[in-house]
Amino acid sequence: MNPMQPSSMTTQLPEADVLNLSRRRLLGAAATGLALGLAMPRAFAQSAAAPKIGALLTIRPDSSVHFRSVFNEGGQGVFTAVAQMIGEELDIDPSRFVVSGASSGSQYHLPGARAFTGGSNSVRSSYQAMRKLGALARQMLIQAAATRLGVPATELSTEPGRVIHAASGRSVPYGEVAAAAAALPVPADAPLRDKSTFRWIGKPVPRLDVRDKSTGKATYAIDLKVDDMLLGAVQHAPRLGMEPGAVANEAAVKAMPGVHSVHRLPGAVAVLANSWWRARKAVEALQVTWSEAPAGKPSAVPADFSSAGHRAKLRSMPGNGASGETVGDAAAAMAGAKTILEATYEVPHLAHAQLEPPSAIARFNADGTLEVWAPNQAPDMFQADAANIADLPSERVTVHSPMLGGFFGRHFLYASANPYPQAILLAKAAGRPVKLIWSREEEFLRDALRPTYVTRFRAGLDTDGTPRALEAVVIGEGVIGRWFGRRPGAADRSAVEGIAGKAYAIANRRIGHLHVTDPAVIGFWRSVGHSMNDFFYESFFDEMADAGKQDPYQLRLKLLADKPRHKALLEAVGSLSGGWKRGPYSAADGTRRARGVAMASPFGSEVATIAEVSMRGNDVVVHDIWVAIDPGSIVNPAIIEAQVRSAVALGLSSTLLEEVVYEKGMPSARNFDAYPILTPDRMPKVHVRIVESGAPMGGIGEPGLPGVPPAVANAVAVLVGRRPRSLPLANFRVT
Amino acid sequence: MELTINGTRHQVDVEPDTPLLWALRDTLGLTGTKYGCGVAQCGACTVLVDGQATRACVTPVDSVAGAAITTIEAISEDAVGRKVVEAWVDKQVPQCGYCQSGQVMAATALLKQSPKPTDAEIEAAMTNLCRCGTYNAIAAAVRQAAQG
Ligand code: FES
Ligand code: FES
Repeated sequence: MNPMQPSSMTTQLPEADVLNLSRRRLLGAAATGLALGLAMPRAFAQSAAAPKIGALLTIRPDSSVHFRSVFNEGGQGVFTAVAQMIGEELDIDPSRFVVSGASSGSQYHLPGARAFTGGSNSVRSSYQAMRKLGALARQMLIQAAATRLGVPATELSTEPGRVIHAASGRSVPYGEVAAAAAALPVPADAPLRDKSTFRWIGKPVPRLDVRDKSTGKATYAIDLKVDDMLLGAVQHAPRLGMEPGAVANEAAVKAMPGVHSVHRLPGAVAVLANSWWRARKAVEALQVTWSEAPAGKPSAVPADFSSAGHRAKLRSMPGNGASGETVGDAAAAMAGAKTILEATYEVPHLAHAQLEPPSAIARFNADGTLEVWAPNQAPDMFQADAANIADLPSERVTVHSPMLGGFFGRHFLYASANPYPQAILLAKAAGRPVKLIWSREEEFLRDALRPTYVTRFRAGLDTDGTPRALEAVVIGEGVIGRWFGRRPGAADRSAVEGIAGKAYAIANRRIGHLHVTDPAVIGFWRSVGHSMNDFFYESFFDEMADAGKQDPYQLRLKLLADKPRHKALLEAVGSLSGGWKRGPYSAADGTRRARGVAMASPFGSEVATIAEVSMRGNDVVVHDIWVAIDPGSIVNPAIIEAQVRSAVALGLSSTLLEEVVYEKGMPSARNFDAYPILTPDRMPKVHVRIVESGAPMGGIGEPGLPGVPPAVANAVAVLVGRRPRSLPLANFRVT
Repeated sequence: MELTINGTRHQVDVEPDTPLLWALRDTLGLTGTKYGCGVAQCGACTVLVDGQATRACVTPVDSVAGAAITTIEAISEDAVGRKVVEAWVDKQVPQCGYCQSGQVMAATALLKQSPKPTDAEIEAAMTNLCRCGTYNAIAAAVRQAAQG
């Protein structure tokens, strides 16, 4: 499920109305090539002002194709995928594309889509619209070539990058007729290729950004520069909600080398200087007295908030919460069960820890407009917020979207977790452009965390060991509710996904969400609710299997007997791993090993995961992870495989190592020394099999993650003879 | 202070304890070398100092005056560096790419010192963090570069 949009967004977008912008001379592009934009009829109707239309797709005289993508690139390969989708229908090799991130503004929207990179939704939601754009552009190029060659368009075809007249053996490169095509109307329709003739969709097309990223040429927000800018650094209040009071040494700090000015901001102090290092040294030298937040200040973190105390509170909360899924009658079925099984699981807060620290540039222009450059997954939401902060109408604000140095949910709009509001205030105060960078320590202090949860399970088994009833209560706060309004009395989808919506045939189920406000600032983290709920559920599934004396792999097959898609996937991962065996057994190197299995249904895709594990003292060693993924249908298998490996690494990192610990309302870890993440020596061999079942296209960026924690934990339980019910496993003791 | 970077001498007007990373990024505009942690934990800032992989975020500029500093911007001028880059492209290593300047520099330093590294040498030298988890591909690319 996509956490931030209505579920209808996961279906195909309505077809685009394509406009020839070069013909309208909106861009002055007629002389240089063909420029196409997409019109958004509904938005036009709602907007009194004339719509701005931007060139989504431009074909230049050298036949290169330039595309402005409303979906931002942060490693997930979306720029390459859009080039494949458009190139397939336009009939030009995706390697001829130059793709960049679109700025804020509806001129770059696809019809019906918000400017939004998340929910593993980019490719699956735009698949038809992108292809149609390519097909229409191809028709126009053919039409222009027909005039040029003096033959009917019906005699023409295309080969990659050229229009071909087979009868006379003549051909014209796209670039040579792009200017002429720019003068033509957009055809009413253009046929799409049959899937069986695809050259690039479905193929492991090389990524467009790999060479630049291997030679240091790729630029991220943190690398950008505008003329005359000052560099800014901040020191945040140690506890969110406190405000800066007296500064003991302001004059001394102002006299430090390169310092331009010292500023007070909401919840922070800042220094502007002529280099970032000087700004940072100076801001960290400031001796600030912080005043406590006034009682009842919303969003202030309580001074007595500790992770251990908060989880004890979650464990002690009575009740079953609001229903997120009810099937059959779990309570009644429980009463007739032979065996009742109960267990409580928990997970900590997690940091995003994307490798690029957040930054932002803000520049007020002479014409009264504001430009912001900031890492973002939602430029229009940032634009509206930036306009508020700057007190400008939103059409006077542009938010640019540089390539992301990792995101995993970090770069949505989270009040107090984004640096651009500070950059805007500082640029206004200084009367010059400001580039603000958060140090890694400030980033750990203000990141929006994956929430912490406790989940209680209860299961009733029949005499033959088959589960007949399952109850679960997820206790904690949902991220959708935090940022988009909580509906009291209703379960938050982002809190129950992964426990609700399971495919197993358990006739009676009730999955509840018991809301308890999380004292920390919480946000979306790769795979959202699935990041913990599949750990909870698939671990408890093995407990049910053990209690009923069933093999956990066989019990899964049995409960998926009437779900052919899931059953096939489980069998696929079994065979990929050389045949299911649980262990423990001795490996060739003498280590004692075991395997765990888990299934997940995240973001429209299906995933089955097996992990092979041994123990070295209290340390969990993961040797191999096998993943079978069924995204329905695919655009680029190489990108899918790379994304699965990436998601496995992050999932394993959270399984083994990661935990944000709060004491006295403050996080203990402020850098990677105290918040360890997965290192290369702990990376297992990852084996991926892609299964194309033909189901509707699912997501790719997140689905590889959720199966990893339970697969590893299930293997550990076999090896140790005791079940880990909380993460990270770094805290799990063998004896 | 004078620094020799990618074969060119530069005068940089910074305090002597300024980390090399910020002299590169802020003063000289060489932004291919990345800031990730500032405390020698992640390796995003890896450069070569007299051929050795060095974490520039904790290297004061006055400690490298007179040394030959190589950054990612000059990677293609080095025969080993070119081989590493080609292996990186061939194995499609980068995801977000933010750590990859440092990874490529660390691999180049390794292969300059040890052209046919053992798996243990690769593990000992390639310790930079990658939040996108490209570790399998990095190891494969290092092995390929060592063969080529
Ligand atoms: S920035 Fe130097 S090691 Fe992380
Ligand atoms: S590729 Fe993103 S951190 Fe390594």
